[in-house]
Amino acid sequence: MPEREPERVLLEETLPGAAMASYVLPRHHSVRFTDVEGGANVSLLAFNRELLHERYNMADTLKAQHTAFLTRGHVLYSDMGRVLCSVTQDSCGWHDTFTGVSDAAGAARYGERSYETHRNEWVRNAREELLIELGKWGLGRRDLVPNVNLFSKIAPDALGKLRYVVGHSPAGSIVELRAEMNVLLVLSTCPHALDPAPAWAPKPVHVRIARVAATGPEDVCRRSCPENARGFANTERMFLTQITEKSA
Amino acid sequence: MTHSSLQESRLDPSRAVQDHRVGAGRPFLLRIARGQTFRIVDLEGNQAVDTLFYNAHDLADRYSAVDTIRMQGALYLTTGSVIRSTSGRALLQIVADTCGRHDTLGGACASESNTVRYGQHTRHMHSCRDNFLAAIAASGLPLDKRDITSNINFFMNVPVTPEGRLTFEDGISAGGKYVELRAETDVLCLISNCPQLNNPCNAYNPTPIRLLVWDV
Repeated sequence: MPEREPERVLLEETLPGAAMASYVLPRHHSVRFTDVEGGANVSLLAFNRELLHERYNMADTLKAQHTAFLTRGHVLYSDMGRVLCSVTQDSCGWHDTFTGVSDAAGAARYGERSYETHRNEWVRNAREELLIELGKWGLGRRDLVPNVNLFSKIAPDALGKLRYVVGHSPAGSIVELRAEMNVLLVLSTCPHALDPAPAWAPKPVHVRIARVAATGPEDVCRRSCPENARGFANTERMFLTQITEKSA
Repeated sequence: MTHSSLQESRLDPSRAVQDHRVGAGRPFLLRIARGQTFRIVDLEGNQAVDTLFYNAHDLADRYSAVDTIRMQGALYLTTGSVIRSTSGRALLQIVADTCGRHDTLGGACASESNTVRYGQHTRHMHSCRDNFLAAIAASGLPLDKRDITSNINFFMNVPVTPEGRLTFEDGISAGGKYVELRAETDVLCLISNCPQLNNPCNAYNPTPIRLLVWDV
């Protein structure tokens, strides 16, 4: 067995609120998002970097893990039965998976804040930002699938009625994802569509990317349910094939 | 679950302009024009009907589970639910429902996700995604895997608890129950009459469904 490498930080930066960004996260690298001021939201999509039509699949993620939300121990499944990312750290306890992105119609409630009048303090929305960012990778509307909203909680009652939980993510909240294959993350830091805050005040998010140890046999995400053990095996099978092809 | 959402229809099947029987485990693709009414009948009960809708004039503007859920402020579909696209457009509205609740979160089975959920021995079993891919490949339409996203599961019971736990439960549907939708725009409808044999979504026994379309 090779020596476990210590975590090595490669990049740290702070995204302003209502920003868009992409990160290529190689296998066994982590990204830690920190909600700097409290009340942030990160609308996130994830793709297999080598095969962009393999992508995060909400339904497969939820039903494999018998959960409607994400927290530490869960993973993000692709539509091909493989693990894109694991949730390795989480101080929030619930990240939303089923309420999608803000759009222009919803953002109209912030009033008239155009680029013409407010320059870069104008009102943005996550749908438009994700489409712009997807466009930089040759992707578009067909790739805008149900996303994850980090730091946001929308709670269902026993009948399935939904309620946005105010104050769910205090300042300093963190969530950390570890890539289990080479992934492309595309994100927007626009406020959640159901955030009732009346004023336009998008919140910044700190990003820290590090190289981390390979996922071991006793890893909390791998061991959290029998489904995840099989999902990791499927993912590792893809890399076995790649090694075989290279050495052949 | 309250029963206030239960709503019967007065439409007469003998006056339908389309009437199809879709066998157990089979796909089906049909067009529904704006203003037409579309009924799915669970002929024998507890059958999951995996369904995707596309704006017929702009196929990238398709059914979106998350926009539908967010805009109605609730997870399940029933009478009054508006089926929304990724741009927020109303594609259809549910106008009658004798089942009472339909799933938005469970998605479709696929051979790949079956290996995760049940093990490698299920890899070569039939699945809804294979049905979707077969139907769009045969259609000649400019659709591929990128156009397959989280679908509706009519008649399927996937309760979410207030703690956020999600389970596949025995169906609440029964033989003869139906759901009826009025198209708000011209839509393309892609169905997989779910072949899953590994969970109770269709009582471990896939059965046929009937699809009807009326010009009203």
